[in-house]
Amino acid sequence: MFAYLVRRIAAIVPTLIFVSMLIFGLQQLLPGDPAVVLAGEDRDPTVVAYLRQKMHLDEPLPVRYVYWIKGVLHGDLGESLRMQKPVRELILEKLPVTIELAAFAMVIALLIGVPMGILSAVRRNTAWDYAANAIALWGLSTPNFWLGIMLILLFSVTLGWLPASGFVSPFEDLKANLAALVMPAFVLGNAIAAVLMRHTRSAMLQVLSSDYVRTARAKGLSERGVILKHALRNALIPVITLGALELGTLLSGAVLTEQVFTIPGFGKLIVDAVFNRDYAVVQGVVLFTATAYIVLNLLADIAYVVVNPQIKVQ
Amino acid sequence: MRTPLPLRWSVLLAGALALFTVAVNAQTTLRFGLAEDPDVLDPTLARTFVGRIVFAALCDKLVDIDEKLGIVPQLATSWEWSADNKALTMKIRPNVTFHDGEKLDAAAVKFNIERHKTMTGSNRRGELAPVSTVDVVDPSTVRINLSAPFAPLLAQLADRAGMMVSPKAAQAAGEKFGANPVCSGPYKFVERVAQDRIVVERYKDYWNKGDIHIDRIVYLPIVDSTVRLANLKSGQLDFIERPAPSDIPALRNDSRFKISKITEIGYQGITINVGKSDLAQKNPLGKDPRVREAFELALDRQGIVQVAMDGEGTVGNQWVAPDNPFYAKNMPVPKRDVARAKALLAEAGVPNPTFTLMTPTTSDGQRVAQVVQAMVKEAGFDVKIQSTEFATSLDMADKGQYDAYVLAWSGRADPDGNVYSFDGCKQPLNYAGYCKPEVDDILNKSRTTGDAAERKKLFEQLAALALKDRPIVYLYHRHWLWAYTTKLSGLRPVPDGLVRVQGLKFN
Repeated sequence: MFAYLVRRIAAIVPTLIFVSMLIFGLQQLLPGDPAVVLAGEDRDPTVVAYLRQKMHLDEPLPVRYVYWIKGVLHGDLGESLRMQKPVRELILEKLPVTIELAAFAMVIALLIGVPMGILSAVRRNTAWDYAANAIALWGLSTPNFWLGIMLILLFSVTLGWLPASGFVSPFEDLKANLAALVMPAFVLGNAIAAVLMRHTRSAMLQVLSSDYVRTARAKGLSERGVILKHALRNALIPVITLGALELGTLLSGAVLTEQVFTIPGFGKLIVDAVFNRDYAVVQGVVLFTATAYIVLNLLADIAYVVVNPQIKVQ
Repeated sequence: MRTPLPLRWSVLLAGALALFTVAVNAQTTLRFGLAEDPDVLDPTLARTFVGRIVFAALCDKLVDIDEKLGIVPQLATSWEWSADNKALTMKIRPNVTFHDGEKLDAAAVKFNIERHKTMTGSNRRGELAPVSTVDVVDPSTVRINLSAPFAPLLAQLADRAGMMVSPKAAQAAGEKFGANPVCSGPYKFVERVAQDRIVVERYKDYWNKGDIHIDRIVYLPIVDSTVRLANLKSGQLDFIERPAPSDIPALRNDSRFKISKITEIGYQGITINVGKSDLAQKNPLGKDPRVREAFELALDRQGIVQVAMDGEGTVGNQWVAPDNPFYAKNMPVPKRDVARAKALLAEAGVPNPTFTLMTPTTSDGQRVAQVVQAMVKEAGFDVKIQSTEFATSLDMADKGQYDAYVLAWSGRADPDGNVYSFDGCKQPLNYAGYCKPEVDDILNKSRTTGDAAERKKLFEQLAALALKDRPIVYLYHRHWLWAYTTKLSGLRPVPDGLVRVQGLKFN
């Protein structure tokens, strides 16, 4: 186990180096001179020159990469030239918001997706199944920004129940925090619920037709016991894997949803940074989320081994 | 142990009284929806239009502009030009303090102008380029010395270049000043959460505190105009800037809201590559002035405003709007004349010229491009639209990789700010690549002439040249639009699009 851990952690290092190069390299493909964009409407030549120098834009690409990675290794992700704020601070400011929104969305997705998946598998080819499938299809095919705006029009403008956008810290006002997050979380959760439902359904169908389920039924167990205790537990393994992956995606920022609901999370941060060519922010945030993703993956792999020693450690 | 009854009553009474007091003294907060997220809140470094809206509450300027674009006193109570127009002496308002309690005097003004001129990365350096030195004549008098006469100086001082920050705070914070700006405006900075909100609160020692009626302002950047409007309608915001023109008719019919508007000092136009790169000579539009004239004659500006802006714009054909005192009356808005356009094209030997019209992916820009494409088709033009992300489009324009480009300018109070950098040879915003010594001569003269009537004549001469060469075909001037709750009153629309907080109050 220990050797496995060491090997896995050692494998992360080249991955991260590769990822950092990819982030840096891909960003250079963005057209437009970042100094010109950042210099604002007036584009004063002396300001452009100053920004170019500050961003080391006149130096060759590998040298710029070294400047950046050197800082990263010292825990310095650079500074946002637009907001004049260290990228690390920006990440720390946005991270709790993104985590809360992602967790909230995931809870909604699980609460809708899993029960619906079970229902449609157990009541296969009935009206229940068709209805669940129709809902899933709706969830998958509804664009987030459209659903978001429709919810705002209904719950904020017409009914006046929820705030139309914005974010309030839970430490400031928990009720206002939940009210601000319920719509964006639903929009995000709704799409993921559809995916979870489809996977739960197919996994359940597979498990329900397996031998041990037939044995369990033959033993005279109640149908409820068979489904919840025997079938669901096994069917959930792929669903959990998928859920973890979806959570990872959510943590890297829900761009459109954050934009519509003006949630100051990672998604909004990255989009604004890309359009303003605030390179340090884009690089910093993408590197951070990529690292988080890799680490989460590692933790998931370790968890598999811990939970199921049958998964041989090669 | 039981609390004695009278004591319980008195506690209750005290509680009720406290509640009542809170209700009476309830803080008034204005929740203000911005269309973008401002950049750094340091007047020297700031670059965005929307940042100037926040500065209007935070930082007073030496002078301000009024509804008619006249220069009016703010921190300077009066001013006087020297006979040779090379020195501007200003009297500084007495008893003004910065938010940190420091005194605002002539020395502070000197510090600020020098900071604008010397700070690394300053965006004000170009605006104040002709300023050579600043003298403190006495504690309340400052003299700004110029290397050459510079008529637009006062207009520059009515914007960020005239904003004064606390020298003590600026020296202590260095380039981090923008994280916690200390100025002398009606409101002082409280906090900023990037991309979420900027909070300011009333400065109790403001020199003009009688005009300030709201305790707190929370600026919330909400980029999507539909969401901004939804927030206003649901009561989450009291005020929004730049609602979509298409939403105005519905808002007008809603008794809960008021709308204010004024014609901007900027413009929407189409820049034509007449000399920025070799492409200019390869395309009849860039090469032949007759083709450009035909292009302009094929346009129905009122139609463009109606379709692209839902009527929320004023047609125009110059760098300033027709109601501006510097509008050149010798060059009025030309009427659409498709027959003449066709004749000009035939004369130029290109009855069906083809060119690409680049536009940023903004909805305004794209709509303008589509309407223009349809209109000029009638005269024989074959226009291909190229929608390009804004930063990329700027880069392409800068490199001359375009034929024509839909570009807007937010405008400056002095006409110089709308034309010098665009029409002067090799100026930074001259995307057209236009260069004519006579034009440069007039532009430079207009800067050194102090007399308004004389400047007006110069701009007429300039119009007669540049509007015929058409490096830019000006289309219209947008209306600055504001929508807000009827509970709010006292809004004074100014053509620069900034919201003055003086006089704003909840009824």
